[in-house]
Parts: sequence; structure tokens; C-alpha cells
Amino acid sequence: MKNRAIFGTRFAKGFGRAWLVGGFLFLYLPMVTLMIFSFNHSRLASHWGGFSLEWYAKLASDTEIINGLWLSLKIAVTSATGSVILGTMAAFTLVKYKRFRGRTFFTGMVNAPLVMPEVIQGLSLLLLFVAIQHATERFDGGFPERGFFTIWLGHLMIGMSYAAVVIQARLQDLNPQLEEAAMDLGARPWQVFRLVTFPMITQSLISAWLLTFSLSLDDVVASAFLSGPGATTMPLVIFSRARLGLDPSVNAVATVMIVIVAICVALASVWVARAERRRAAEISAAARDDS
Amino acid sequence: MDASNKKPGWRPSWWRGRTAVIGVPYFWLLLFFLAPFLIVANYSVSEMGAIRVENITSVVDGAVKLTVKYSNYVNLTADNLYWHAYLASLKYAFFTTVFCLLIGYPFAYFMARAKQALQPTLLMLVMLPFWTSFLLRVYAWKGLLDEGGWVADLITGSHFDRVLLWLGVIETQGQLMHTTFSLIVGMTYTYLPFMILPLYANLSKMDLRLLEAASDLGATPWVAFWRVTVPLSKAGIIAGSMLVFIPCVGEYVTPELLGGPTTLMIGRVIWDENFSNNDPPMASAVAVILVLLIVVPLAIFNKYQVEAQEARK
Repeated sequence: MKNRAIFGTRFAKGFGRAWLVGGFLFLYLPMVTLMIFSFNHSRLASHWGGFSLEWYAKLASDTEIINGLWLSLKIAVTSATGSVILGTMAAFTLVKYKRFRGRTFFTGMVNAPLVMPEVIQGLSLLLLFVAIQHATERFDGGFPERGFFTIWLGHLMIGMSYAAVVIQARLQDLNPQLEEAAMDLGARPWQVFRLVTFPMITQSLISAWLLTFSLSLDDVVASAFLSGPGATTMPLVIFSRARLGLDPSVNAVATVMIVIVAICVALASVWVARAERRRAAEISAAARDDS
Repeated sequence: MDASNKKPGWRPSWWRGRTAVIGVPYFWLLLFFLAPFLIVANYSVSEMGAIRVENITSVVDGAVKLTVKYSNYVNLTADNLYWHAYLASLKYAFFTTVFCLLIGYPFAYFMARAKQALQPTLLMLVMLPFWTSFLLRVYAWKGLLDEGGWVADLITGSHFDRVLLWLGVIETQGQLMHTTFSLIVGMTYTYLPFMILPLYANLSKMDLRLLEAASDLGATPWVAFWRVTVPLSKAGIIAGSMLVFIPCVGEYVTPELLGGPTTLMIGRVIWDENFSNNDPPMASAVAVILVLLIVVPLAIFNKYQVEAQEARK
């Protein structure tokens, strides 16, 4: 492998290394600073006043944050699960079914939410729900009431597109001969999916789930448009506090969130690595049996 | 679809499965993506009544009457505020894209040329910020750039703020928050991974023998870089730039937290029209024009995505 930098000289190597280190410092230092200051004794978020856990202690009795976190987690788990199911179907459609009426249109609709400004998505879904509510006003004052359900639908809408893209990338790399072989051996389409395709795309399903989970857990704009009285998700609480200025309680929540997400990602990657290893072992065992 | 399920043998079984797999996401997108969009277009040609929005269709003497009102669009062109907001959004998105490219291209380049064994780790380190909250990453800069934050101290201590003042991106010396400067720094920070990832994907696949060929033909490494590497990475540059530019135009959270009174962006205008002024029709009109603005870069992006997919086959 030839790895020659621009000049191939020691200077270029050093320059490249410095640029990478500088880039990573730029990416990570702000977050590290944010976490360090959650242990700050001083109320002034920019002055170090000694180590303290008081903001975490205050967090434990902060019902606004705790209720928000609980609601956010419920929405994130359910919408990520829904996103992965719908996203798998959409990805399957895009990869496997090359010819059906309106395919280009379908592709456009799957990809559009990835780049559409969230302000527009939030506004358009809000107006849809308002319209439905007007149409059903006669029954019980209209449906759906803005809150958990509407936020969940909004996150599902956005998450589906992200899930579809992640799963689509994996499906494209699969060897179609494996599925064809299963079909030749008499497996029905559902069995082919469950026994052959599904185990091969599990890893991408997990990354899609984690991605849509973290997107939902983080969403401000769509949630703000779709939330109703009493349904304030955690990012909305954080956002309204951050708008007013620096708030040490936000630093503490931020640290807790980052740790939660880091643990989830680490656990998932360990699990995926183990599953991959088991699969590789099974495949080589099967190959040994054959010969 | 339901009817066909009840009649076994009406069509071969694979047909029904296929219809459901295509039909469910299709129907979902029509209902929750296309329909809301049409409603926005509809609202944009309506007006606020006394309490609720007046419908554009009304039944008069048994006939459906269509009243399209252009007043929102007339207001849009008449009021300078909207034009300034659109222009400012495009301007800030453009500069953010340029800075992401300036930092991201060398970064992705050196990443792609790093030791093979090191690359997965580097890639994971770039991906990790994706998993951390966007909102918190923006908020982190509030603490850094506010008076007394260590980045702010560093900048004022080195008198770099004089340069920023001269460039016109801050208004008073020593005041870094709620300025054009803090807005661009925040957006560059949050969108940088979106630039690095497509560029890295592109550069790491490049055939290095081309560079050897160039050098055999007498090109200096510098010339080979500009005339071989950069043109070959065009698709990556375009993909990365669009992934940064398009969402930046409609950005709301960063301008709200890091921007100031002088940095009005169009996302904030839509938000304010809907929440503060309680005028969804006006917000819809602003949104429709914003969609038209991003359709052009979107089309360019799509074209290159399709080409890249074709190339993979």
C-alpha cells in the first residue's frame, strides 16, 4: 500500500498529522468543556469555582427535566422502532423492486425529509393535524390532540427516511445469489426474508435504530411545532433554558445524556461484533461440514 | 390491497407481499409528507380570518367557489424584512459551507491517506459527534464564546477580535456572542462531520496509481493534487457541500441560540410568524418560497447521488 501525502516529505506528514489533531480538538473540546463545567461549583458557567456535584443533586429533584426525559425516552423508543420497520420496507422497495409505477416519485419522497428544513416539516405536519382536527370536530372536540401522539408521528416521519438510507446501503451490498438460492430451495418470500435477508442486515437495522433513537431524543424544532400543553420533551426544556442564557443544570443534563448515548452505542457495537463473530464461526463450521 | 388479501388465489402470493411492502411506506409518505405539503401550499394562498384561517374554497349558491388570495406573497415582496432574511440565510449557509470545505477537505484527505489500520478508528471518531445531541453541541459554544469563556478569552487575549471587528462579523470589541461570528462558528462546528464523511468516502476510494502516473509524467505532487485528486473528488465535494448548505439555509436552533438581533435567518421568520404572530398563512408563504430556493441545490445533489449510485453498479 502506497500512502504518499502531497509532498511525500516529512513536512507534509507532520502537517497532515497536525491538521487531523487540530480537527479532532475542534470537534471534541467544546463537548469536553461542557461536561467539565457540569461539575462546576460556581453559578457562572464560565468561571471555575471548584469541584461540586450540586447540579446533579438539583437535577434529581427537577421534575420538569425528569418528566421531559421520561416522555422523550418513550417517544424515542417507539418512534425508532416504527422508523426501522417502515424504513426497512422503503429500503427493500428501493433496492429490490426496480419497476413499479411512481418509483421515481417514491424515491424523491423517501429522500426529501433528509434535506427539508425541519421548520417546514414541523409547520406542514402541524397544519395537517389542525386540518384533521377541524374535520373531526364533531366527535369529542377533534382528533388528534396535540401531544405524545403527534410528536411521535413527526419523529417517525423524519426517522423513517434516515432508517431507509442506512438500511438501503446495506441491502445494496448483499449478494442476491444467497436469496435466490433460498428461493430455489423452496423458501417462501417471507421465509427468505426472515431466514436469509434479516440475519444479514441485522447490523444495519441496529445502527438505523440507534440513529433514529438519538435523532428523536434530540429533536427540538419538529417537537416544538407538534407538542401540546403538558407534553414538553426534554430537548424543549433544555432549549427554553438555553435561550435564556447559560444554565449549569443544562450542563449536568448534557453530561447525563452524552453518557447514556455513549453507553448505548458501546453496548450495541459490542453486541454487533459478537453476532458477526458467531455468524463467521457458523459459516466456517458449515463449510467444514461440507468438505 | 385489502380486497386482494381476502381472495386467496386471485393473484400469485408473491404479488400480495410485494404490494404490501411497496404500498405501506408509499401510503405513509403520501399521507404524512405530500399531503402536509399541499396543505402548506393551500394555506399560503389563504388569509387569517377573525379566529381561524379562511378556506380558499367556499360553497356559494350550491357551487364551489375558489378564492385565491395573493396577499401573503404581496406582503413578502413589499416588506424588506423577508428579503433580508432570505439573503442572510443564503449568505450564512454559503460561508458555513466554505469554512466546512476549507477545514473538511484537508481533514478528509489526510484521513484517507493515513495508515490503513488507523482509518476505522478515525472514521469512528468523526461519526461520534453524530450520536451526541445537536442541541447540546450548539449550546456548548454558548459557554465557550460568552464573556469569560476560555475561547472568548483566547480570542480577546490575542487581539484577534480586532480582526473580526475589521471584518465586520462582530459589532463591538470583546463581544463575541450573538454576532455573525458566533453564528458561523456554531454552524461550521455542527455541520463539519456532514462535509468530512462524503469527502472521506470519495477520497479513500481513489486509485493512487493515478498519482504515480501523474508523477511519472512529470507533475509535481502539488500539481498532481490540483489536477488529479481535486477533479476526481468533485462528486464528494458536491455531496458534502449540499449536505451542509441545504440544511443551513433553513436552520433554526443555531441562529436562535448563537445568533443575535442582526442575524435574522428565514427559519426564525417562519417560526415567529407561526408562534408569535399566530399567522400560519404567512408562515406557509415564507415556507413555500424557501422550498423553491432549495429546490435548485437539491436537484444538483440528487443528480450526483444518482450518478454515484450508477457508478457503484
